[in-house]
Amino acid sequence: MERITKHIILPAAEKKKIRFTFEGRPLEALEDEVISSALFANGIKVFSEHRKDGSPQGIFCANGQCAQCTVIADGLPVKACVSKIREGMALAPLKGAPKLPKTPCVQAFGRAEELDVDVLIIGGGPSGLAAAAELGKLNAGTLIIDDKHKLGGKLVLQTHKFFGSVEDCYAGTRGIDIADKLEEQLKEYPSVKIWLNAVCVAVFADKKVGVLYGDKYFLIRPKVLISAAGAREKSLAFPGNTLPGVYGAGAFQTLVNRDLVRPAKRLFVVGGGNVGLIAAYHALQAGIKVTGLIEAMPRCGGYKVHADKIKRLGVPIYTGHTIVRADGRKELETVTIAEVDENFKSIPGTEKTFKTDTLLIAVGLSSVNEFHKQALEFGMNAFVCGDAEEIAEASAAMFSGKITAHRVLKSLGVMAGEVPRFWFERLEVLKSRPGETHKPALKNHENPVYPVLHCRQEIPCNPCVTVCPKKSIKLSGDSIMTVPKFSGECIGCFKCLIICPGLAVTLVDHRRDRDNPTVAVPFEIERGLVKKGDIVGLTDCEGADLGKAEVTDVKDFKAENTLIVIVKTKAELAGRIASVRLFEPVMALAASMANKETDDATIICRCERVSLGEIRRAIRGGVRDMNQLKAVTRAGMGACGAKTCENLILSIFRSEGVDLKEVTGFSKRPLFVEVPLGIFAGAQCRTAEEEKTSWSGF
Amino acid sequence: MSVENYDVIIAGAGSIGTPLAMFLAEKKLKTLVVETLPSVGQGQNKCAIGGVRATHSDGSKIKACLRSLEIFSTWHEKYGEDIGWIKGGYLFPVYTENDEMMLKEMLKVQQKFGLNIDWISAGELRKRVPGAAEKDLRGGTFAPDDGSASPLLSINAFYRRAVKLGAEFRFNEEITGFIKEGGSVKGVRTSKGEYRAQITVNAAGAQAAGLSELAGVKVPVRPDCHEAGITEPVKRFFDPMVVDIRPGEKSKNYYFYQNSEEQIVFCLTPTPPIWGEDRRSTSEFLPEISKRMISLMPALANVKVRRTWRGLYPMTPDGFPIVDFPKAVPGYALAVGMCGQGFMLGPGLGSALASVITGEKNKEDLEILSGFKLERNFSAQEKLK
Repeated sequence: MERITKHIILPAAEKKKIRFTFEGRPLEALEDEVISSALFANGIKVFSEHRKDGSPQGIFCANGQCAQCTVIADGLPVKACVSKIREGMALAPLKGAPKLPKTPCVQAFGRAEELDVDVLIIGGGPSGLAAAAELGKLNAGTLIIDDKHKLGGKLVLQTHKFFGSVEDCYAGTRGIDIADKLEEQLKEYPSVKIWLNAVCVAVFADKKVGVLYGDKYFLIRPKVLISAAGAREKSLAFPGNTLPGVYGAGAFQTLVNRDLVRPAKRLFVVGGGNVGLIAAYHALQAGIKVTGLIEAMPRCGGYKVHADKIKRLGVPIYTGHTIVRADGRKELETVTIAEVDENFKSIPGTEKTFKTDTLLIAVGLSSVNEFHKQALEFGMNAFVCGDAEEIAEASAAMFSGKITAHRVLKSLGVMAGEVPRFWFERLEVLKSRPGETHKPALKNHENPVYPVLHCRQEIPCNPCVTVCPKKSIKLSGDSIMTVPKFSGECIGCFKCLIICPGLAVTLVDHRRDRDNPTVAVPFEIERGLVKKGDIVGLTDCEGADLGKAEVTDVKDFKAENTLIVIVKTKAELAGRIASVRLFEPVMALAASMANKETDDATIICRCERVSLGEIRRAIRGGVRDMNQLKAVTRAGMGACGAKTCENLILSIFRSEGVDLKEVTGFSKRPLFVEVPLGIFAGAQCRTAEEEKTSWSGF
Repeated sequence: MSVENYDVIIAGAGSIGTPLAMFLAEKKLKTLVVETLPSVGQGQNKCAIGGVRATHSDGSKIKACLRSLEIFSTWHEKYGEDIGWIKGGYLFPVYTENDEMMLKEMLKVQQKFGLNIDWISAGELRKRVPGAAEKDLRGGTFAPDDGSASPLLSINAFYRRAVKLGAEFRFNEEITGFIKEGGSVKGVRTSKGEYRAQITVNAAGAQAAGLSELAGVKVPVRPDCHEAGITEPVKRFFDPMVVDIRPGEKSKNYYFYQNSEEQIVFCLTPTPPIWGEDRRSTSEFLPEISKRMISLMPALANVKVRRTWRGLYPMTPDGFPIVDFPKAVPGYALAVGMCGQGFMLGPGLGSALASVITGEKNKEDLEILSGFKLERNFSAQEKLK
């Protein structure tokens, strides 16, 4: 069983074991988990075969948005990533179009219940929850809906500590804990109602919002609609991109951090933004070897502290590289990368191939803004916040939720005042991209014990400043975008080490031995992996080898789920040591030179299996209207509704030299997820047993 | 600015204009199609669900659609392109005595025009549509030679062939007026230029009435709106287009079939009609049609709806198209008011109209157009709108 049982941050909950079968094989799952996680826990990555070409299908978005993970559960096709497993469930791969399931005995029809609310918030992630809390404080009638089993959105996947400022957005607290705090906070506000497992399926022209809540369909008439639906991951076109084992970083975090399933043994990551860097770190925390991470640009776009963190633990980061192809018979076996030239084209002869079973795509996010766009088109009083408005960190999303709530309150006449100007300024700071990277500061004090701040890049973050009891850590400027500096007294309390989201603070202590100080480094990987007396490899801030040393102590700060590993070292090295190394970087295999074929077969629309070659031919044949492209190729006509291929197609137009001003975009139509007809009819069956075997999931 | 001369200009690259251009180009006429939208079939064509039937209540439409059926059903064989044609037949299940009488009466007319259609028993009907509700089912009419094709694939196939034969298409170009000389139409003025032609055909679908006013001809066409949807694919379990003509709570008839991708496509006629050009989705449609479809076929309860949309039916008062050359305005022709049947009428009408435009005196072509005169009293009623 591929389950994570010794995660340093996430406790493995005691759950009842249940039995199910896959293709008749008896297997074990945990009660309440989704089907995809139950399958992954049993080492099953290939769920079905695509009806168009028999290609193996597995998880892709893990978010209920695509339908690639569809399996047959008790006779019905369901999305494995959002449908819960049940005791005795019989699962089977979907091959070809699903057979029409057995006829339920429909006894009666119901009406879609209509509901009036002041404010409807779509999405219970950081921005939606922050908005709900602000609305709740002033007793505004609010309904917040979320399509998951738990509030928090992607916060529930974030085991790392947050950046930003302590006063504005819980900086220094782990994402999962922020989700709990925000949820807890809502309990104080009786005017805020929460619907979980509630999916927005459409916004209609008659200003009603269709919501599938459990198995029931509701039409909601809000005075104000706040779209806080977050973001979806962008995809990437390369040969082998639809092999099971290739999926988004968010999907991976869902498997690992929400469901505590270990879906990989060796992982490779594409994309050096924060999402990719953090996903790689989460993999290490889950006991997965990370073979490498590539970034096409000359340096990673994510925070330097995130990149450094994984480099120190032994993950090679290949900047200026792109993915050439992914290979495997039924699932991913190897990835091949290559260096890129100034036009981001791979340079022949520079290929490197790595053995890997999982490839994460983390090449950026795009806003889920379709509900907002429709609401505006239909003349509704509509607002948007968080990633649905603009992609940024969750810290910024929370702040934008708060600002949006105030604008909503003003539009409802509940509040008269304008939103304070400085809030917008703070939001801008939280949204900041990383700034300049400074040289390491020279040590300018003779303290016997002192922190070393390995944080040299300007990012919006200040917890170390807030936490120091001696106020000895100060920002070098007014803004939280400036880097922190140590000057003054240090009592060696470890607080700055424990709170730093970048794990970028160490503590050098000469108090016992002037010439051979100890260095304390924070460590967030499995307890027991590094023990007192072990000889461990040491690295500097960016992962360079600093030799070996003996561990003299390991302190476990249980409340913070952070370990402090203390090693004894030479005085001249002490200030440079930043981490213990987890493993030696994995070397590339001899590159397979089978890269002769063209990329025409690369799949662009994974729902309808439309290839790059087909789309190129249509574009070269003169097609400029994406709706015509859809008509002739079927790209964008599948279950996901062009959510994945739209960006890819636009980039094909660009690479074909077409000015995007000439291109007409896809018309977007409801529904935004597929919903059984019976739901809209409120169809009720004769027995509870029949209900159970009928529609579920979305 | 130089003015280009054409034999025929067509306003609208939709269900009618595109096949018409193809047939004109086939006859070596220099043809130009001017379209406001960015590509072919972006008006109501793409909203059509794809049914093609000759099962109508009068001769002209029956003949036009028989011609269309011939074109759709042989396309793949002739040109090697798949347009999603399925010969699944049209089936009207009957649950009331009144409907039985009405349809049986119509059978006589339909058979007289040579339609392959007959009454089938309840038992046979349930073989063709497994799981159709049994209670009160009396049987129905079945026309096995009717079928369906993909409007999207078909119009693009017609377009490619038209272009190959020399027809020109100008997209993203709006007709702002007609060039008139001595009461005759001599071409069009557009947002980008002027084009002259012997004949200008109005095939502007839902926009036909407004455009025709610019030419000085009033046509009684106004669009109403119907809503449609499509499901996920499910293994093929029925072949015909099923048309339920019973009235519902907020609808008249509705119909559905399984297309060449094995997806179920469905469409509803709202009552009262929703007049106007609003095509934005309403919350009323899915609850209404889902109850009706599941009542007829309970198994459909489990099929997931993928997408919905609305499309316009350019209606005439009697439900029949207007395809004519108005005497008052020489050089101007109408191919308008298809009443939601442009897709199935398009190829048949296009071929007949092209032959009339070239002056061929083919009897059948003239017969097809004879039922669609502008100057008629519009008091008759198409029974199978």
